[in-house]
Amino acid sequence: MISFVIMARDTHISPVFRAEGVTRVYRTGAVDVWALRGVDLDLAEGEMVVLLGASGSGKSTLVNILGGLDLPSGGRVYFRDQELTQASDRHLTAFRRDHVGFVFQFYNLVPSLTARENVALVTEIARDPMTPEEALDRVGLAHRLDHFPSEMSGGEQQRVAIARAIAKRPDVLLCDEPTGALDSKTGIQVLQALYDVNRELGTATVLITHNAAIQRIAHRVVVLADGRITRNEVNAQRALPAQVSW
Amino acid sequence: MRALDIKMLRDLRRIWAQALAIALVLGCGVMVLVGAQATQATLVQTQAAYYERHRFADIFAGATRAPAEVVQAASLIPGVAQAEGRISFQAVLDIDGMIEPATGRILSLPAAGPALNLPLLRMGRLPDPDRPDEVALAEPFAEIHGLTPGSSFKAVLNGQLRDLTVTGWVLSPEFIYTMPPGAMMPDDRRFALIWMNDAAAAAAMDMAGAVNDIALRLTREGDARAVIAALDRILDPYGGTGAYGRDRQVSHAFLDGELQQLGAMATFMPPIFLIVAAFLVNMVLGRLIAMERAQIGLMKALGYGRVEIAGHYLKIAALIGVIGVLAGWAFGWWIADAMIGLYGDFFRFPFVIRDWGTQALVVSALLGMATVVLGGLRAVWSSLKLPPAEAMQPPAPPSFSRGWADRVLMRLSLRQTTMMIFRSIIRWPGRAAITLFGVAASVGVLVMSYFMFDAVARLADSVFQQANRQHVTLMMTSDQPVTALQDAMTLPGVLRAEGVYALPVRAINGHRNRLTALQAHFPDAELARLVDDAGRVVTPGDTGVILPEMLATALGIQAGQSLRLELLAPPRMVLDLPVAEIIPQGMGQEVHVAAAPLFAAMDSAPAVNMIHLAVQSDQMAALNAAIKQTPAVAGLQDWAEVRRQFDATLRENLLTMVGIYTLIGVLIAVGVVYNAARIQLAERSYELASLRVLGFSRAEVGYVLIGEMMLLTALAIPLGWAVGYWLAVGLVAAMSTDMFQIPFHITRRTFALAAVAVFLAALGAVLMVRRRLDQVDLATALKARS
Repeated sequence: MISFVIMARDTHISPVFRAEGVTRVYRTGAVDVWALRGVDLDLAEGEMVVLLGASGSGKSTLVNILGGLDLPSGGRVYFRDQELTQASDRHLTAFRRDHVGFVFQFYNLVPSLTARENVALVTEIARDPMTPEEALDRVGLAHRLDHFPSEMSGGEQQRVAIARAIAKRPDVLLCDEPTGALDSKTGIQVLQALYDVNRELGTATVLITHNAAIQRIAHRVVVLADGRITRNEVNAQRALPAQVSW
Repeated sequence: MRALDIKMLRDLRRIWAQALAIALVLGCGVMVLVGAQATQATLVQTQAAYYERHRFADIFAGATRAPAEVVQAASLIPGVAQAEGRISFQAVLDIDGMIEPATGRILSLPAAGPALNLPLLRMGRLPDPDRPDEVALAEPFAEIHGLTPGSSFKAVLNGQLRDLTVTGWVLSPEFIYTMPPGAMMPDDRRFALIWMNDAAAAAAMDMAGAVNDIALRLTREGDARAVIAALDRILDPYGGTGAYGRDRQVSHAFLDGELQQLGAMATFMPPIFLIVAAFLVNMVLGRLIAMERAQIGLMKALGYGRVEIAGHYLKIAALIGVIGVLAGWAFGWWIADAMIGLYGDFFRFPFVIRDWGTQALVVSALLGMATVVLGGLRAVWSSLKLPPAEAMQPPAPPSFSRGWADRVLMRLSLRQTTMMIFRSIIRWPGRAAITLFGVAASVGVLVMSYFMFDAVARLADSVFQQANRQHVTLMMTSDQPVTALQDAMTLPGVLRAEGVYALPVRAINGHRNRLTALQAHFPDAELARLVDDAGRVVTPGDTGVILPEMLATALGIQAGQSLRLELLAPPRMVLDLPVAEIIPQGMGQEVHVAAAPLFAAMDSAPAVNMIHLAVQSDQMAALNAAIKQTPAVAGLQDWAEVRRQFDATLRENLLTMVGIYTLIGVLIAVGVVYNAARIQLAERSYELASLRVLGFSRAEVGYVLIGEMMLLTALAIPLGWAVGYWLAVGLVAAMSTDMFQIPFHITRRTFALAAVAVFLAALGAVLMVRRRLDQVDLATALKARS
């Protein structure tokens, strides 16, 4: 087990996430699948981290555990000073409701709700949300408020998903392959939206991708393989999303 | 409106057809409960009000001839609030336009007006006390024959032909259900109730200062049994035929029997539909919610708690429940309206006190909502247990393994599409079982409905083909010597004449007793025979009496024991006779005995008071004309007409009821199969689209969907037959009264009809879904797995 305990860029800011020796095993019948094999990771406030790795490397599993969608088989996870690994389902739900925004590869919008209503789904239960209109305006979709997902392109749907994630003003934004289903031009638009949110709202952002080109927009790049962190590097210079191509 | 509620309404709109199917099944249960209870409650209230307003008596008694003073004596019996005496007698009527004679029962009216059993004047006026030839007629008979006030007809009163003038039409709570003496069915065309002023009736029957019919009304604390016993003692010297309460009064007993059957239906049928609805809701909601697992995972990821998510889906279930309950109420009231109208017309209630069945509304709403909410709750909870991450992932492919069933299938060398059908059923036996159960329930409902036709046909065959093969029965005015049979043979068209002797008796065993009739059978009877429910002809011999099972049960007596018979007509004596046999007989309350030992015991010459005739069909008119001129004949029963009335009455009621239950059974089948097929289509759109990509035609792919549903339907049919058999047994038990037992008889045709109806309904439902298969977008369906 290789441990990477990384200091935050500004050492006086405590980490927003801390993972210690996290493992995750999936038991399907007679077969055990080790998705994570002991991961140590810190995530700083306002930091954008790209998690790189091939399919099956454990990226999504790690993010799901950080986001309280799944529980590890071993190790501990902390959100600020609150341990998540021992939290009850009710506490995890409250954690996700108040602190975490998710963006998924296939958008996961509710097909029977418009863009505005999809965002309202979150703002109605959040403590201090933006209005749906404001959130959608931030991602450049002020003109598509009352359109259903079936009436929007993939890029627009993903931007609605981003608006839904940020509308609650989360502390953390967890994005699982947000550009995976999009062409490069649309993908860059989505990356730009994430970049702007991270910069303007100071939301710590974790971005999973298998596309190595995207790592240039991050503050830090973490590479996973076979359930372990194999590389953890700070980008000396960040690129703008428009400067990235694939 | 909250976004989650907007989603709920739009989701409901998306699955509107499936939701409607569930709601309709639920609505069927609610409809039957509300319809039957509202009908019963209305009729019970109407009956009670009718009785109260027209002072329907509590105790009734007849006698040969008693001085009017007995009425005063009767009124002094403790527990009696009021007593009234009158004169009652039979008459043969000659009505214009009727070839055959009609029979009338004439009832006297006191000059000051009756105090009990008040007739309700519907048209015209009551007879003038000073005009002996004026009468009021019962409305049904008068209406059929157009005997409006002012018209007249002839009647033979005590051997004298008289002209009587109609003054008005009346109804009476005492004769809501009127049966001619010795008849099985009401016959408003051939039997009339006639009210005549007291003086005229007394003069016609030479009964001045006497009565032969007494009615009593009890006080609230009055003990009916004690009053009956006291009244019998008073009337015994005057040829009393045994007092009885309302439970033995023909009209009230039949009306009560109908209400009892309605009540049985209201309690027996609805739970069946509600149970089926519960299973259906559970199945459909469970599978719908299972398809929502990704959205449930998403909502958990967004921070919605289990209670909020469960509440969201339970709202959908609850809305479906509300639609079903409201539809059930609406149709229930509509059915109640129709049934109340039918009953109201049949019984000629002068008014109806409508009861909306509030209790039934509340119970049906609670049961209906509990059904859908509990069904939905169970389905939601299993999905909520999944961690959000797992829920949002596409479900892992279902695991299949090679078991013994697979080894059997592989030996059959089936096409792969057929293997897919069998494997789906084997892999998800619970799901298949629910579809199976739902279809079986619909088959069961149809078998139970159609069984009623079989039961009525069996009853008709027993009564009209086996037991009563005579064409005409003559009721004599008094006992006649057996030589009267030779006189009967001289009537026009008579091929055979057989005599019967019957008299009222009280059958006693210990502290139990029943008022009934003793029927004496002469040897070599071919026309009217004693037949049990199995169709066996039973001939009373010298070894004792034969009792129908219902009477034996009521008396608590068994074969071999001694039965006391108190003869309530001359010779008024008591006989103790052994019970030779007890026979199963659905319609029968009489005691049967061979004629020779009876007359020997009575020490009197053999006599007859009814004569059964076999008559040439083309001589009926001549026979009727001759009967009209025969004063010894009090009445006539045309058995062909009885059969026609029987068929018409039962057919009308049965057709309505069976029609409703057929619709319900078909709705259940359609609801179950349609929902199962829709869900299958949604769950398997990926693999079905894959088949199309591989080159299978639409028909071949449709076969996978249709094949599974129709195979389950076919497997469900024999199970449904068993369910229907069980339901019919339950129905017979629930609807039989102590006067009448529905025969249990189900034909193969019933089973076949039920199977065909459900099979076609299921096929129609699955073909509706099959059309959707053609509209599936291959590319979208294939992406759904990614």
